[in-house]
Amino acid sequence: MTTTPARPLREDGPPTVRPAPSSGRPVPRGRAARRAIPLAPAVVLLLLFMLGPVLWSIWGSFTNASLSGRAASEPRFVGLDNYVALLSDPDFPNAVWLTVVFLIVSAVIGQNFLGLGLALLTATAPKIVRSIVATTVVTAWVLPEIVAAFACYAFFSSDGTLNTLTASVGLEPVEWLFAYPLASVILANIWRGTAFSMMIYEAALNDVAPEITEAAVIDGAGGWKRLIFVTIPMIRNSISTNLMLITLQTLSVFTLIFVMTSGGPNQRSSTLPLFAYAEAFGLGKIGYGTAIATVMLLIGAVFSFLYIRVLKPGDTA
Amino acid sequence: MRKSILWAAPTIPLLILGATGCAPEGSGGGDSAGDESITVAYQTTATYTQVDALMKKAKQDFEAANPDITVELEPIQAEENDYATKLALMQRSPDTAPDVFYEDSFRVRPDAEAGYLLALDEYLAEWEDWDTAFIDSAKQAGAGSDGKTYAVPMGTDTRALWYNKAVFEQAGLPIPWEPKTWQDVLDAAETVKAAIPDAVPFNIYSGTGMGEAASMQGFEMLLYGTDDTLYDTDEGKWVVGSQGFRDSLQFISDVYVGDLGPDVATALDSNYYQQLNGEGYPTDKVGASIDGSWIAGSWLEGGPAPWPEWSDVMGVTPMPTQDGQDPGATSMSGGWTLAVGSGSGNPDAAFEFVSTALNKDNSLSYNVNASQVPVRSDVAEDPAFTGSSPVSGFFSDLVEVTHYRPTTSDYAEISGSIQQAMEAVMTGEQSVEEAAAAYDEAVTSLVGEDNVLRG
Repeated sequence: MTTTPARPLREDGPPTVRPAPSSGRPVPRGRAARRAIPLAPAVVLLLLFMLGPVLWSIWGSFTNASLSGRAASEPRFVGLDNYVALLSDPDFPNAVWLTVVFLIVSAVIGQNFLGLGLALLTATAPKIVRSIVATTVVTAWVLPEIVAAFACYAFFSSDGTLNTLTASVGLEPVEWLFAYPLASVILANIWRGTAFSMMIYEAALNDVAPEITEAAVIDGAGGWKRLIFVTIPMIRNSISTNLMLITLQTLSVFTLIFVMTSGGPNQRSSTLPLFAYAEAFGLGKIGYGTAIATVMLLIGAVFSFLYIRVLKPGDTA
Repeated sequence: MRKSILWAAPTIPLLILGATGCAPEGSGGGDSAGDESITVAYQTTATYTQVDALMKKAKQDFEAANPDITVELEPIQAEENDYATKLALMQRSPDTAPDVFYEDSFRVRPDAEAGYLLALDEYLAEWEDWDTAFIDSAKQAGAGSDGKTYAVPMGTDTRALWYNKAVFEQAGLPIPWEPKTWQDVLDAAETVKAAIPDAVPFNIYSGTGMGEAASMQGFEMLLYGTDDTLYDTDEGKWVVGSQGFRDSLQFISDVYVGDLGPDVATALDSNYYQQLNGEGYPTDKVGASIDGSWIAGSWLEGGPAPWPEWSDVMGVTPMPTQDGQDPGATSMSGGWTLAVGSGSGNPDAAFEFVSTALNKDNSLSYNVNASQVPVRSDVAEDPAFTGSSPVSGFFSDLVEVTHYRPTTSDYAEISGSIQQAMEAVMTGEQSVEEAAAAYDEAVTSLVGEDNVLRG
């Protein structure tokens, strides 16, 4: 039984073209500067349009800016007031909890595992099956978010497709969006996002050299063992990248939930983006809303940090 | 390789923020007002097209009188809350701020404080109609906290009980229906429920999905019929912990938890209003409902849901006070206005457009089409108005017992807290006591301990 760890396998793998080590020939200073010039416009644009709003938002979270009233024309600096208020707002822990559940169940578990499963299944399937599955799954992904959201609304609503289906086998109709709002939006997000994970993993699996898998087979490794000890370590980079991207995507899902449940009933599907929207635009409390957005930013950073630390992508040393 | 990961760290927040896009700037669209054009923004929905008709007519009149100025209409297709949000966002930037806009009277004060509105006193002083035709009490709708006038009212409205005579007849209830207390209303609903199982016995708007309609047509129609109030005008303080507040929530609970209302999931859908108006009433699926004077507007010929028989089928009766205490009935009034943006490049033309849109003829046809209670005395007396609808006199008379919402700038948020309390009770998530306590806490933390009064 060979429980060969990933590292030696990687070294036995097909030779990859690597750039010459940079320590060999130091790049002259002038040339580095010249190389940076064409990058400058991109960096300036990035700072202007990405960092600008981030800083504006963080600044906004320290003010009492609002949509109307005196605070709209003369917002005042209020220090940490918004964050203090947030901590005593009973809706806030609810929104954080729902966000974490939504993230873990729909992205980390749902999209990720389903995507990996589909990729593994289609990798060995005949071409025709592969293309049928790919087309079906990718259709949900290429739909504009608003269209996907309306499709899900139509599917789950009281006189929608799901109830029509269950009625045909004699079940009572259920108000899905009302009785199970979080479960409905989680299923919708899995449906919509799985294609992305599937495509990432398909690409990664294509890069696993068949010789290695064959070698593992000769060594007597069965399907599960091959998956856990050979395939997964080899696509670790892709897993990490995929987890990071789907986490950040799912953290910011708004349209899907807004159209399906508007965060209700009774805040039972009010994740942080919905909560921030309701406070900032529904109630006009822009400062408070940006404080919630800043908290989302921190949650995204924590998850990303975990993926980087635990899965150590790119660590080939 | 390591390096690229380090680079990833600072871009993570950027990705999130890029995806959530929480900067309100740059909403884009709409021309800034030049000398040759003014922009007019207003709300329109599938069932509410009367303002659209008014604006199109005013544009015609205005352009005929001022051939060198073009009026650009910007109808905003949205429900009430979304319209208010969109308008506030447009007002934040001079590039997108409209010259003239349609504005709910309760938002006039906060928006004037925010500097979005132009004080119209100088213009109004020269407009003869303002002195001679507009009813004094209605002028308050456009007043700011500094005493200046920022908006011209288009009409006002009152609210009462609408009931379907066909349903009531089938249930064996008396017609005309004259409930004297809340209990009479609930009893009638019980009777309808027993007689016609597939009809909604009684509707009262409730919950966050319905937005301001839940607060105003729903909760405040109850609360202002008790001995308590939402806001003590003399003291300038918000009332918390009152018996009237708990009783009003109890009524909501009696209706929804007691299965006398629409099912909760339907009632929380923000499109419920349209469904009720277009289908619910006309197909005899609703016994009675608290609704506004304007709902008949959509049933008129040429309206979005024509229903010629409505005046035979639908009856109206005042909403009684809780135990029939004086003055026996209650109502709430609001109304919409036209305002001029403070950043308008051509305020003279903008005001002229407002005065054209709200001259006697245009006000008359708008008040008739939208079933509004007129704010111009010449319109109120015009036979074309008094004869326009069998209920116009009824709703005008309710002005005597009507109440207005607090016009402070925190009303919108407090209204949101009311809707949350209603929703918690109607879904059974919280008891009346718990929901009332949560409301008290929300109000206190919002306005501060010094600005509340224990009821």
